[in-house]
Amino acid sequence: MIEVISAGFQTTVQDCGRIGLRKFGITPGGALDPISLRLANLLVRNLEWTAGLECVSGRLRLRFHDERLMAWSGGEFEIRVGGNLVPILHCARVSIDADVEILPQRGGRAWLAISGGINVPEILGSRATDLRAHFGGWEGRALRDGDELPLGMESESCARVRDEIPDHVSDWSAPRFIGPGKILRIIRGKNWDDDIGAKLLAQKFRVAMNSDRMGLRLEGEEIAPASRRELVSEAVTPGTIQLPPSGAPVVLLQGCQTIGGYPKIAHVITVDLGYAAQLQPLHEVRFQLIELGEARELLREREREIALFRAGLEARFG
Amino acid sequence: MKIDALGDSALIINLADEISDSSRLLARVLSAAEKIEGAKLPGVVDVTSSYESVAVFFNPPQIEPQIEDKIRALIASAGVRVSGKKRRVEIPVCYDEEFALDLDRVANQTSLTPDAIVALHSSAEYTVVCIGFMPGFPFLAGLPQQLRVPRLESPRTKVSAGSVAIANAQAGVYPLESPGGWNVLGRTPLQLFRVNESPPMLLRPGDCVRFRKITRDEFQAYER
Repeated sequence: MIEVISAGFQTTVQDCGRIGLRKFGITPGGALDPISLRLANLLVRNLEWTAGLECVSGRLRLRFHDERLMAWSGGEFEIRVGGNLVPILHCARVSIDADVEILPQRGGRAWLAISGGINVPEILGSRATDLRAHFGGWEGRALRDGDELPLGMESESCARVRDEIPDHVSDWSAPRFIGPGKILRIIRGKNWDDDIGAKLLAQKFRVAMNSDRMGLRLEGEEIAPASRRELVSEAVTPGTIQLPPSGAPVVLLQGCQTIGGYPKIAHVITVDLGYAAQLQPLHEVRFQLIELGEARELLREREREIALFRAGLEARFG
Repeated sequence: MKIDALGDSALIINLADEISDSSRLLARVLSAAEKIEGAKLPGVVDVTSSYESVAVFFNPPQIEPQIEDKIRALIASAGVRVSGKKRRVEIPVCYDEEFALDLDRVANQTSLTPDAIVALHSSAEYTVVCIGFMPGFPFLAGLPQQLRVPRLESPRTKVSAGSVAIANAQAGVYPLESPGGWNVLGRTPLQLFRVNESPPMLLRPGDCVRFRKITRDEFQAYER
């Protein structure tokens, strides 16, 4: 069990989300950067889609009442186990009654995986917290001080991993995927046109204060929609850049709605969604246009690298 | 049939060029979605439909290179499903000022009185086109022509659960509190999404829906 001593700002239980339920209006949701959560899970020998914690700026303190392995990935954070620093994407031993402290540096978001995972009830096929619909995760809400999170069973290979961590932290680590800075790569959307595209690519946008897990609302020089013709509502997906009549684009994130009616001018490519998840209000961001084939190739390449890491761990720890 | 990329991990297929009649188009879209879902193509993780289109979501590294041709062939063979017996669902709505945030503005935009708007809204028969945007949110076709007004210029950050709303040719109900850009005409005490019930949704695509005007007292009686 993990005791939440200090819950931070908006810490939630997240896994890789709900699959195949869009037709009921249920968003896939889950970790805003699923790749970070998957890598952290691999490090502690969990299945990749096991539930962990998504931490947002704010100091978080957890007390472990079981001996476990822990790993994290995401933005710029200082994370300590019993006072010892745990570098990003390394595996740490957490002893019984040790405290884990999560201190945002330049912050963003971080994903924490614990061997065995957070064992909250599975609802509609996932343990992810849907904050908008108030279900899943821990009581359908962000964590509060005093919450006690049950943990699942560790995989057998955790014992072997512990044997190979003589000190506090592993000397091996997962691959770290560094983004192209505050640039998000995009592909054209079905309502793209060259005038809108030129305005989207020419400027730096500022992330607005009212951005959340559903989407980043951007501020900049207004982009006039090509026509005032309203569209019928249809599917949208994480990464979709919608252009409401206000002229301020919205980049949808993993917690987004399933259907939208605003023009879809472009889409942030899947491998860059993790970088989008690190953007905070007042940050600046630019877009760079690439082709669909390249976006899919980048995703294939990313999955290949994760598969290689997974195979390496399996070869070493079984 | 027009196929567009919906980001790098989905396709959206619009069928509006095939059929102009909206109820036949809906039947066509629902049968196409069912056919694709039933085919269980490798790498496909989700299939949804809306008014004119079907969306297919997948993991790019797992799909076959000819996925677009396969989808095209499946849709071509899907035909138009002949709808069976429709379920009929009545949704009580209180149109009191307290809940009808946009009634006066819609009255101005349409040059109708608020009473006329309520009468039109609650006398029409609607069809559930799809459930989307958020859990249990029904997109309804069948809004009377006179009530067509655009979405809000900038969406509200908070719309209350149960809000009954319209936008263009669409009508809907917000099952949960959420941001939203539709014009709110009233509120229903019914819960359209209950996560612990099976199924968790009150409505499903193809259902026939009517709104019934209720008083503030009746609304409160429901809530109890």
